[in-house]
Amino acid sequence: MSTSSITLQEADRRWDLPARGPVGMYCLIAAESAIFTIFVVAYIFYIGKSLTGPQPREVLRLPIFLTICLLSSSVTIHFAVRLLRSGKIISFCLWWLLTIALGSIFLLGTLREWRHLIYDEGLTIQTNLFGTTYYSLVGLHAFHVTVGLLALATVMVFALRGDVGRQHAERAEVLSMYWHFVDAVWVVVFTVVYIVGR
Amino acid sequence: MSTQSIALPGTDATQRSLVEQLHQWVTTVDHKRLGLLYISYALIFLVIGGVEATIMRIQLIRPLNNFVSPQVFNRMFTMHGTTMIFFVAMPLVFGFANYLVPLMIGARDMAFPRLNAFSFWMTAFGGLLLYFSFVGGDGLYGAGNAPDVGWFAYAPLTAQAFSPGHSTDFWTLSLLVSGIGSIGTATNLMATILCLRCRGMTLGKMPLLAWLNLTMGWLVLLVVSPLTAAQLMLLVDRYLGGHFFDTQAGGSAVLWMHFFWVFGHPEVYVLVIPAFAFVSEIIPVFSRKAIFGYPIMVAATVGIGFISMSVWAHHMFTVGMSSSANTFFVLSTMAISVPTGIKIFNWLATMWGGQILFRVPMLFCIAFLFQFLIAGLTGVMLAAAPFDWQLTASYFVVAHFHYVIVGGILFAIFGAFYYWYPKMSGKMYNERLGQLHFWLFLIGFHLTFDFMHIPGILGMPRRIYTYEPGRGWDIWNLIVTIGVLFQAAGVVFFVWNMLWSYLRGVPAGSDPWDAWTLEWSTSSPPPAYNFAKIPEIRSRRPLWDLKHPEDPDWHYE
Amino acid sequence: MEPSFIPALLLAGAFLSPTNIFAPVSTPAQSIYDLSLFVLQVTGAIFLVVFTLLTYAVVKFRKRKTADGREPAQVYGSTQLELAWTVVPVLIVVVLFLAAARVIASIQNAPKPDNAIDVTVIGHQFWWEFRYPSLKVVTANELHIPVSDPAHPTPTFLTLLSADTDHSFWVPRLAGKTDLIPNHPNSMWLDPHETGLFLGQCAQYCGTQHALMLIRVYVQTRDEFDRWVREQRLPAHTSGAISEGQKIFERTACINCHTVSGTAADGHFGPDLTHLMSRDTIASGAALNTPVNLRRWIQDPNTIKPGCKMPAMGLSDSELDAVTKYMETLR
Repeated sequence: MSTSSITLQEADRRWDLPARGPVGMYCLIAAESAIFTIFVVAYIFYIGKSLTGPQPREVLRLPIFLTICLLSSSVTIHFAVRLLRSGKIISFCLWWLLTIALGSIFLLGTLREWRHLIYDEGLTIQTNLFGTTYYSLVGLHAFHVTVGLLALATVMVFALRGDVGRQHAERAEVLSMYWHFVDAVWVVVFTVVYIVGR
Repeated sequence: MSTQSIALPGTDATQRSLVEQLHQWVTTVDHKRLGLLYISYALIFLVIGGVEATIMRIQLIRPLNNFVSPQVFNRMFTMHGTTMIFFVAMPLVFGFANYLVPLMIGARDMAFPRLNAFSFWMTAFGGLLLYFSFVGGDGLYGAGNAPDVGWFAYAPLTAQAFSPGHSTDFWTLSLLVSGIGSIGTATNLMATILCLRCRGMTLGKMPLLAWLNLTMGWLVLLVVSPLTAAQLMLLVDRYLGGHFFDTQAGGSAVLWMHFFWVFGHPEVYVLVIPAFAFVSEIIPVFSRKAIFGYPIMVAATVGIGFISMSVWAHHMFTVGMSSSANTFFVLSTMAISVPTGIKIFNWLATMWGGQILFRVPMLFCIAFLFQFLIAGLTGVMLAAAPFDWQLTASYFVVAHFHYVIVGGILFAIFGAFYYWYPKMSGKMYNERLGQLHFWLFLIGFHLTFDFMHIPGILGMPRRIYTYEPGRGWDIWNLIVTIGVLFQAAGVVFFVWNMLWSYLRGVPAGSDPWDAWTLEWSTSSPPPAYNFAKIPEIRSRRPLWDLKHPEDPDWHYE
Repeated sequence: MEPSFIPALLLAGAFLSPTNIFAPVSTPAQSIYDLSLFVLQVTGAIFLVVFTLLTYAVVKFRKRKTADGREPAQVYGSTQLELAWTVVPVLIVVVLFLAAARVIASIQNAPKPDNAIDVTVIGHQFWWEFRYPSLKVVTANELHIPVSDPAHPTPTFLTLLSADTDHSFWVPRLAGKTDLIPNHPNSMWLDPHETGLFLGQCAQYCGTQHALMLIRVYVQTRDEFDRWVREQRLPAHTSGAISEGQKIFERTACINCHTVSGTAADGHFGPDLTHLMSRDTIASGAALNTPVNLRRWIQDPNTIKPGCKMPAMGLSDSELDAVTKYMETLR
């Protein structure tokens, strides 16, 4: 088996290509953005078109507190990754845990809101176009939050066992990119559902 | 019972049992093996899809035929389209990309080898799920429960009310699953090309195949996702009582069309751009000249990628959009013909002044040029919306898109098969058999798809299991069906050639074509690690530089 | 356009097929035909030029046996050439685009004159319902419209609706196709300037029997059309006593789907049968309207249109005879 190698005279030139972790995550974010865009388009298209049933302004309450929680979790995860990069593992664990807590509050709050909508207002995914598009869009987002929380929790478990060090900072950063994406999507969903659509 | 181990020529001497070998293939994360898995998988489905087409053509050979019932026929065209796009064309394109991209950029593997394996198996499972529909559930009319809603599954035909049972769900779920595989592979391609190029290979110096697969990659990320979203919505409608496409509840059937075609049109560019890549590598080598206008070829490709996302509603000219909307899509569709045409001229200019060798890969690429030209021109005709109002949903448009996909994409893929077969297998294919394949398939292709335009012009719609006599369609349908025989014969010789040459062919050596890109610098087949030493390059054609040290490319680039 | 071309093509066209898009008899089809000739000429010219260049290249630049083993001159590009073959296609695109845009506007935005005939077309799986709201006529599968004199046009404007899935109304010699989509009304217009029978069929896959959802358009002189309207408006012709067949028809489930005006039958799921015998075909064109076919259809529709929505009613032979006879009185 022969291979030929081609060498250069100027072998000292730097050769810096992007790291594959962040590039891969950007690709995933691009694909997920496209999925969310379609659900958002469907939501916007069907605003005001429900033939029967509860309308958004009748039943939707602005989830201000939940939004603050979720968006703050972006800040906390940013600090966590910075701390990990400097090797401050304990502080990293605290801020990471705070992120998980804030995300969980958001998720639980969403479930509470749904419980209210279903049992008190009679709005289900079957009720009308608003119900279908609302639960699908908010549900898809909540699903992404859940997946994110599972990933963060996995890292938490490793960290608590002492297996996470500053050499993992880039991987934590890639995960935090996903988390920032989920929060950014919430900004869009919040605007479309609770502001524009009401 | 004893296990037989098959000592294939060219492998190492230690006898590995069949089970061990299979286990290696099933658990592999090597991009070359995964590439071969994708390609073999696609070839099997090519034959199955071809059988489905043959059944349809026999049914349509004369008016009021009853070779198959309408229920079976409707399943045939649905499965044929779905199979060919998702389980033949996509896997072939991903398979070749998997195999070639790391080699051509001087890398040892793709960026995420395990994701690579996961993506392949997702795609594979999707195909099996789709075909399980023939046997799963309660079979109807002897053809199982396969989907019969057409490969683009328009609403509200796909609602529970009009498609009870599970046939539509097989369609939805199998594409959902394989779509995840597609997004995984696209991510992998992007990361590989952006992050793993060998030293010296700037984006401006990588082979066109890498550039075109990069474009295909981001296109897949952006357009397969809308299909995934639409299918999730369809599932919500069918199983959770949702109303996304429920016209009785105020939902919109047209919305499904928009979502589907936002995927569906760029999808054909996902398929054709890698075909362009093959042609862009093969034509220079067999014309003995560098590709003409590399920068413009890159720019045109990226342009095609962008514009392709703005033309989708040319599939919907008849649904009742406003005249302004129709006019916009006429403009965007016609605009895309400009960068596409440019590429044809660049390939022509590459051949111009060269020394053309008519080996089998080049034969397929030359046929590609003529056929893609015609396909593009019938596309321009269809882009003129009023003309489309007559021709859409007729056999004219069926002829057009088969001209693109078979006459363009499949011919380019056949060219790629023959060109890289020596590298992948270590053996030369049989040139005579290859020529036989080419000429038989060429004749069959033209018999079928040239004449197929005519019934469309004479008013024959698509997706009909039979037709009235006296419409003037009979003779053309007969000729179209006869062409199938020649194509089938060609494919038989092709498969025979691939198998026979592997067992008995002449060893090919690392560079049988005297070519210029990095994959030809390593052995045939390459070792698992691709290169003993990661190469460093200085121009777009590193092996040309080696072979012509007095006149290297980097003097001119 | 070259005038001598057109009648020759038209003749050839009508000879080749009754559904030839190149044999237009109505303004929308004619505008499309004119545009298509222009587009074909342009694309044909492009084809000839590029085909010739490709063939020339393939022949002229093949590797000769006398070649000395040296590689040919490597040419990497040429800015002028690449500019030229960018600019020329852009110009061609602009011209084609403007031509198409004009025809789109002329067809889609055509004003509706006061004397236009209004027809509402409702697509069903797998038949066509035609309602003339102002003329108070309801019929199925065979559309009658008056011929339109180009000097004093009397076009027919169709409103396209659907009762179930997507369909498409395509009669090639009269106009391009337009889809019938539930919850999405569409409209199109026809102004045929020749009388005669024009064929078409559904052009959007709508289910099992999409293939035999045929259309027959009868373009008649004004007098013939007015007479047809008058007859269609009448309730069912009865001889006074209720026949055995009518009794069976009304006591089985037939009346759940079909209407026979002036009787108890008032269903809307299937075609209106009040003047069934005035139609040349049954089963949306799948069979000629003869007593034999009619009986076969009623006995088991799946023998003519397997998978259609009308069930076999399980009638006995004598019941079938009676019902068929009753149908034959519905002139």
